[in-house]
Amino acid sequence: MTVTASRPVEAEVEPISSGGKFTTAAANYIDERTSISGLVKELGRKIFPDHWSFMLGEVALYSFIVILLSGTFLTFFFQPSMAEVVYHGSYVPLKGITMSAAYSSTLNISFDIRGGLLFRQVHHWAALLFIAAIGLHMLRVFFTGAFRKPREINWFIGFVLFVLAMAEGFTGYSLPDDLLSGNGLRIIDGLIKGIPVVGTWISYLLFGGEFPGNKLVAEFYSIHILLLPAILVAALGVHLLLMVVNKHTQFAGPGRTNDNVVGVPILPVFAAKAGGFFFVIFGVIVLIASLFTINPIWTYGPYDPSPISAGTQPDWYIGFADGALRLVPPGWEFVLWGHTWSFNMISVIIVLVVFLGLVAFYPFIEGWVTGDKREHHITDRPRNAPTRTAIGAAGVTFYAVLWAAASSDLMATHFKITLEGVIHTLQALLILGPIIAYHVTKRVCLALMKKDREIALHGYESGRIVRLPGGEYIEVHEQLSDYERWRLVSYEDYTPLMIRPNRQGKITGAERFRSSLSRWFFEDRISPITKGEIEQGGHH
Amino acid sequence: MKLTNKELPQHMAKNSSTATRRTRSRLVKSKGRRSPLATIALIVIGLVTTGGAYALFSSTASAETQSSSAAANQSSVDAGKKLFAANCATCHGLSAEGVNGVAPSLYGVGAAAVSFQVGTGRMPLANQGPQAEQKPVQFTDAQVTAMADYIASLSPGPGIPAKKYLGGNDDAAEGAELFRVNCAMCHNVAGAGGALTEGKFAPALSGVSAEHIYEAMVTGPQNMPVFNDKNITPAQKADIITYLKYLDKNPSPGGIDLGNLGPVAEGLFIWIFGLGAVVGVTIWIAAKAN
Repeated sequence: MTVTASRPVEAEVEPISSGGKFTTAAANYIDERTSISGLVKELGRKIFPDHWSFMLGEVALYSFIVILLSGTFLTFFFQPSMAEVVYHGSYVPLKGITMSAAYSSTLNISFDIRGGLLFRQVHHWAALLFIAAIGLHMLRVFFTGAFRKPREINWFIGFVLFVLAMAEGFTGYSLPDDLLSGNGLRIIDGLIKGIPVVGTWISYLLFGGEFPGNKLVAEFYSIHILLLPAILVAALGVHLLLMVVNKHTQFAGPGRTNDNVVGVPILPVFAAKAGGFFFVIFGVIVLIASLFTINPIWTYGPYDPSPISAGTQPDWYIGFADGALRLVPPGWEFVLWGHTWSFNMISVIIVLVVFLGLVAFYPFIEGWVTGDKREHHITDRPRNAPTRTAIGAAGVTFYAVLWAAASSDLMATHFKITLEGVIHTLQALLILGPIIAYHVTKRVCLALMKKDREIALHGYESGRIVRLPGGEYIEVHEQLSDYERWRLVSYEDYTPLMIRPNRQGKITGAERFRSSLSRWFFEDRISPITKGEIEQGGHH
Repeated sequence: MKLTNKELPQHMAKNSSTATRRTRSRLVKSKGRRSPLATIALIVIGLVTTGGAYALFSSTASAETQSSSAAANQSSVDAGKKLFAANCATCHGLSAEGVNGVAPSLYGVGAAAVSFQVGTGRMPLANQGPQAEQKPVQFTDAQVTAMADYIASLSPGPGIPAKKYLGGNDDAAEGAELFRVNCAMCHNVAGAGGALTEGKFAPALSGVSAEHIYEAMVTGPQNMPVFNDKNITPAQKADIITYLKYLDKNPSPGGIDLGNLGPVAEGLFIWIFGLGAVVGVTIWIAAKAN
């Protein structure tokens, strides 16, 4: 069932049964005291378009709920303390070993508390899924241009959620105080210490003295269960509120305009579907958690600064940072003015901050370049915005190369190639990959637009060959219906901005820069088909 | 992550403590109460006693690996010599002296090195590469023993480990601790293996026999350093074996272990199967009923 948002709410009159009487009375009681009916009326008619890609954000939301539930269970048994204890639990290869209370209690959760291991694995798998779903959701929003006015701020809030989720993941990963996470923390410690002037002091502040110190777990615990979740929930609330205020975007289609939303209202069908969907996500996570080990801290052992394991990597969402560190060529640190400048670390910090900054502010950058101040509620098909799609592909490639670099050692052993070969290939790909991806994607998009134009004008090739009385052979083209054609031809046509002098009659440098960017964006383009062309095309 | 590239070729990896040299004192004829040679004789006796005692003490630590090789009989050595000439001499030289730039000398590598290299199928080498790859074992146990006896007969070296260290029923916790400190940096904390430089690698340790683990520690094959008996005592080696056997016998309590490869395997799994399943569900939910 699909309805449009502009349709008025119809009161349905039904014969009231005794059960119905109670419901009515209860609803009335609550409404008279809270005036909640206004909210229900508004929210209940919130329309959700029915394309699958619009549900990825929901996946992230539901995984987050699973994380909250399982995390609450874990807090009952976890001891956020680095006090030394001797382990006497069930896991044989650690019996009698001195370790922190945090690690010991995590072992107890895994082996001696009923359901503890399942909850730990649910929590961790859900965290991986949470951030993966956020990533996919962001890619959907980016490639369909759903971040354009009026949704730029909501994109930014979503980006903040993404960063918060990564921070949540990293702090949580460090809590068990096992060898793997300790090694990861040491890498972060090195990265922080690489910051000029203040690095060492920040590191001392974080770890309470020289690494590893004895206060980190307690500190991270407060951040992980209190501070970050509070900010995350608040930002999530704003994110959802803005989604309701701005309404959903939708793909172009018959009856879908910039002024309406076609889809299913929350109440009753969508709410039921979404509720079911939550349990499906929960089920998928529990199924994975019950079958597959994640973060087997018992094999990693307690943290001790001396050992380090081969194949130490962070969880996937921090992988791009680890990969960036692995790709830095040797010899990038030097001594100047009596200070060591660790550009092997500083360059990584700069690259990551610039990359994340571009992601965060992309909507504003594109808005400025295009000079487009209109509201957009119809999403683009990625091919119809070739330059943006190409930029996205370049960004994805850049991220993917960094990400892959985090597993360089595993690629070397599993594909029987040299570690140096992997690193050097990825170093080259980090520069060349995005350039190649940009050009290939842009050309593919333009080619697809040409194909769409051809199909819209002349229809599909039917494969039916007809011989005309004169002896000529033609292939019969199947024409599209108007509905199908609408999907292909309705997109915005941008042209490069003209350089215009400002009020003082001057052309500023910024304006020149902007127009050159605009030319870069829109120089290569395929114009949408005009009405005239369609009418002409029909005669073929 | 740093990778260490400690190259210790086998010919350098001989156990110095086993290089026992015995000097023989000649009988000094004594006619009078004090001969002018008495002083020299005393010095010689003193040197022999100290040297012998030193050799005895320092070799007790490695004596554990010598026991079985001492029992090697001559027929086994002869059989081993023939097998060596037929299968190994091309590279290692007719009398195992090594060929410069091709293969190391086998003097002093001991029976343990032969048992490990041939017993795991690494030798005879299939082809020159960054390091010897494992392949199906080409010889029977008796043949491997014969070759080991032959090599051990040439020059002393680490022998086949005694059975009492290979039972896998010692202290797993101590073994796990030693493994994390000494082995995990190359072999990965779960023994899943890891990459070294220039195409070399530390192999996975699951399913490796206790004897071969012990022999690898005392001989240091490929790029592995030697962990001699003073570095890690035989009892500690037995603990390490116990831990590795524990990992072999007890599958991960958390379910399928995804190769024990850590977060990369987990990330790959959640993106392909986790997110894949979830996206499948979203498509199903959003599908229009026909």
